[in-house]
Amino acid sequence: MATNYKESLLKHYADKVTFSEEKAEEFWVEKENFLEIMSYLKRMGMDLLSDITSVDAKEYFEVVYQLFDHASGEHFTIKVKLDHEKPEIESLANLWCSANWLEREVYDLMGITFLNHPNLERILLWEGFDGYPLRKDFVNDHHNRMGAKPQ
Amino acid sequence: MLSNILEFFDNIFLYIAGLIRHFFAWLGFNATVTEIGMGLVYFIAIIAVCVLCALFYVIWERKLAGYIQRRPGPNRLGPNGWFQTIADAIKLLTKEDVVPLNADRVVHLWAALLIFVPPMLSLAVIPFGRQMAALDLSIGLFYLIAVSALSTIPIFMAGWGSNNKYSLMGAMRGVSQMISYEIPMVFSLLGVVLITGTLEMQSIVAAQNHIWFVFLQPVAFIIYLICGLAETNRAPFDLPEGESELTAGIYTEYSGMRYALFFLAEYCNLFVIASIGTTVFLGGWQGPFLPGWVWFLGKTFVLFSFFIFCRWTFPRIRVDQLMNFGWKFLVPISLANILITSIVLFVFNNGLGW
Amino acid sequence: MSDAVKTQTYTLNLGPQHPSTHGVLHVVVEMDGEYCVASKTKIGYLHRGIEKLAESRTYPQVIPYTDRLDYLSGISNNLAYVLAVEKLMGVEVPERAQYIRMITAELMRIASHMVGIGIYIMDLGAVTGAFYPFQLRERVLEMLSQLCGARMTFNYIRIGGVAADLNEDFFKHYEAFLKECPAFIKQYHTLVDDNEIFHARTKGIGKITAEKALNYGLTGPNLRASGVDYDLRRDRPYLQYGKYQINVATTEHGDCYDRYMVRMKEVEESFRLIQQFIQDIPEGPIMAKVPKVIKPPVGDAYHEAENPKGILGCYVASDGSTNPYRVHFRRPSFSNIAIYDEIFIGHKMADLVAILASFDIVLGEIDA
Repeated sequence: MATNYKESLLKHYADKVTFSEEKAEEFWVEKENFLEIMSYLKRMGMDLLSDITSVDAKEYFEVVYQLFDHASGEHFTIKVKLDHEKPEIESLANLWCSANWLEREVYDLMGITFLNHPNLERILLWEGFDGYPLRKDFVNDHHNRMGAKPQ
Repeated sequence: MLSNILEFFDNIFLYIAGLIRHFFAWLGFNATVTEIGMGLVYFIAIIAVCVLCALFYVIWERKLAGYIQRRPGPNRLGPNGWFQTIADAIKLLTKEDVVPLNADRVVHLWAALLIFVPPMLSLAVIPFGRQMAALDLSIGLFYLIAVSALSTIPIFMAGWGSNNKYSLMGAMRGVSQMISYEIPMVFSLLGVVLITGTLEMQSIVAAQNHIWFVFLQPVAFIIYLICGLAETNRAPFDLPEGESELTAGIYTEYSGMRYALFFLAEYCNLFVIASIGTTVFLGGWQGPFLPGWVWFLGKTFVLFSFFIFCRWTFPRIRVDQLMNFGWKFLVPISLANILITSIVLFVFNNGLGW
Repeated sequence: MSDAVKTQTYTLNLGPQHPSTHGVLHVVVEMDGEYCVASKTKIGYLHRGIEKLAESRTYPQVIPYTDRLDYLSGISNNLAYVLAVEKLMGVEVPERAQYIRMITAELMRIASHMVGIGIYIMDLGAVTGAFYPFQLRERVLEMLSQLCGARMTFNYIRIGGVAADLNEDFFKHYEAFLKECPAFIKQYHTLVDDNEIFHARTKGIGKITAEKALNYGLTGPNLRASGVDYDLRRDRPYLQYGKYQINVATTEHGDCYDRYMVRMKEVEESFRLIQQFIQDIPEGPIMAKVPKVIKPPVGDAYHEAENPKGILGCYVASDGSTNPYRVHFRRPSFSNIAIYDEIFIGHKMADLVAILASFDIVLGEIDA
């Protein structure tokens, strides 16, 4: 097991990861290289995908992954920027089973599509819900939400 | 003087029955009509005993459960909450009786009534005191076993008629469980029958004049208690109801009065099981000083409290474990008990034969 | 008979109204008689949109919402959120406040495990087993209500410290708790796990291997029951946990029995820790100097705390205004139950309920 993930990551993918200046554990990845780097980290021994969340930054979406190696306590925050018009990213459900539900939650509330996800459907809200509530441009239109037509 | 008073109280119900018989004669009924009339009186008496016992045991169970669980239990209505059951019964009586839309209506409704038949029939042959059995059949024990097996049918009717998957599942469990546990139960009673050589309840009681059969047949007694719990679907064998698994199992779709009937029948069944246990193993109504029927009720009360204690202590057993326990453990043990009893009896009666 | 009797599977809705789904969990199971052949867990019946609500509240106003996540351990949830905000702001919390936070968090762990264990035993059919833990939980809640006046939705941890200092009444109830807790643990072991039926019902049921548990993102007692020795309090310490030796309870089989045992051991450990914390607690202020209006700098922070149910992660993003730009909670129960669909298969109806309860889930947390 590699003890220093950051070094080996920088050695192999120096041009593909951009480490944050303030936080040592945080780096940005391009959408195209995302799956490759995550597979690499998984092979290296990052075994706990703790959390997936997303932020609507108005111009773009940001998907934030929290990845851990439980044994050494190593932690990475991985951020990916996605296009606001058509947010799509590769699913990690084949690497970590925990990604399955976490991605469904992100899809449900933020409307980010995860490609090759085994079962991408709404999880907290009901099927047929219109819109994605955590987006900043979501309008809280009660009639619309309940599926009833305004009289 | 004292013995006279005691004897009077011992026979008080017999005197009452005699009075009623005289009353019928005074009315000018002939023998047949009098017998039918007495039959009706016995019937009403049995219902009264059954319902009163159930009422008492419901509240007693709640009190004891409260004690076991370190909480007060019902303590609002009446002195220390002893009238709670009556209030509950009235509440249930006045509630709407909902029948599910697609239920098999006839089966669904009749199940709640038929569930009451087996315990009533059983109580007919139980000797509550000296000469205090409504019917003293010469095949009393055999009759009891046959009748108590009937309660499988309303259980299955309830499950089937409710048109609910939980109910059906509960009914399936109930039927398989009750049929399986019938067998070791019968075997456990057989040991006693071998010793007494009779099936008549009064004779069995009389045979325990010197020593209760619980001391001669301890294994059979334990098997009987376990099977009794399983027969009446009480925890830890309450799989047909299985509250945390099957919501309420067979009772899921019952409401109001019909639910109350099931509830009452459960306690009546328990009373019957405790009565049989008392009669066969604990010397029935026999005991010093106090009237026989007090002894009888006291002994059933002890057994009943034991059942309550079991219910509030043990986790529920799983369905396959239940079957394994019944068929692979209880049946062989009870068979072995019969075998050993017969050998000992043979040796006791005939000597070693050489 | 050469031809096997044709049987049909049937669909059973376990929930959302069911006595042992701990609220409104909905599991659609395909049953073959008593056996489960397929299962699909559905959630969302208690979704209140806490994350969306938080965006229109100020930072301190979000704290009461976190009480409603895992409503059995409100203070632990407060803590995770407040720690994330403090990380974002760079607040240094006074030591006494940190100790009080640890004490209350450990008390909360005991209180939460009491419900978890009690309801679990009740779902196995032993109703009495549910009452005894609640009595110990009552002791804990009495203590906490002396601190902050609430028994369920505490809103006790504040940004920069805690709402109130430990007081005399707290210690009065603490004495009672000190007496009762060890006696309870001893008694409960006799009542529950000396029982043969309990062993038969739980051993070998719902087994989860260590790899699978990690892969599914299980945390907390459920992960440790599978033999993964991972406890944030020891491995990535926050507050003052780093100063103390914490014995992490693990078991190897990962079945229902082990999940129960891990919780019981954690109660013992928490009890030991509380005594130690109360002994070591320093004098001093209980609030750091934080501005009246909390405006964290632009940026984001993620902080995880070891909650009774598992790891509660809180992600807070700020745009420099008084309201959080985005709050996200990584809820332990949510991540824990994703594994249900897999481990249910092949188990019996009664086992489903046992597995479900052994995870100690809270729907308020799952649905957020």
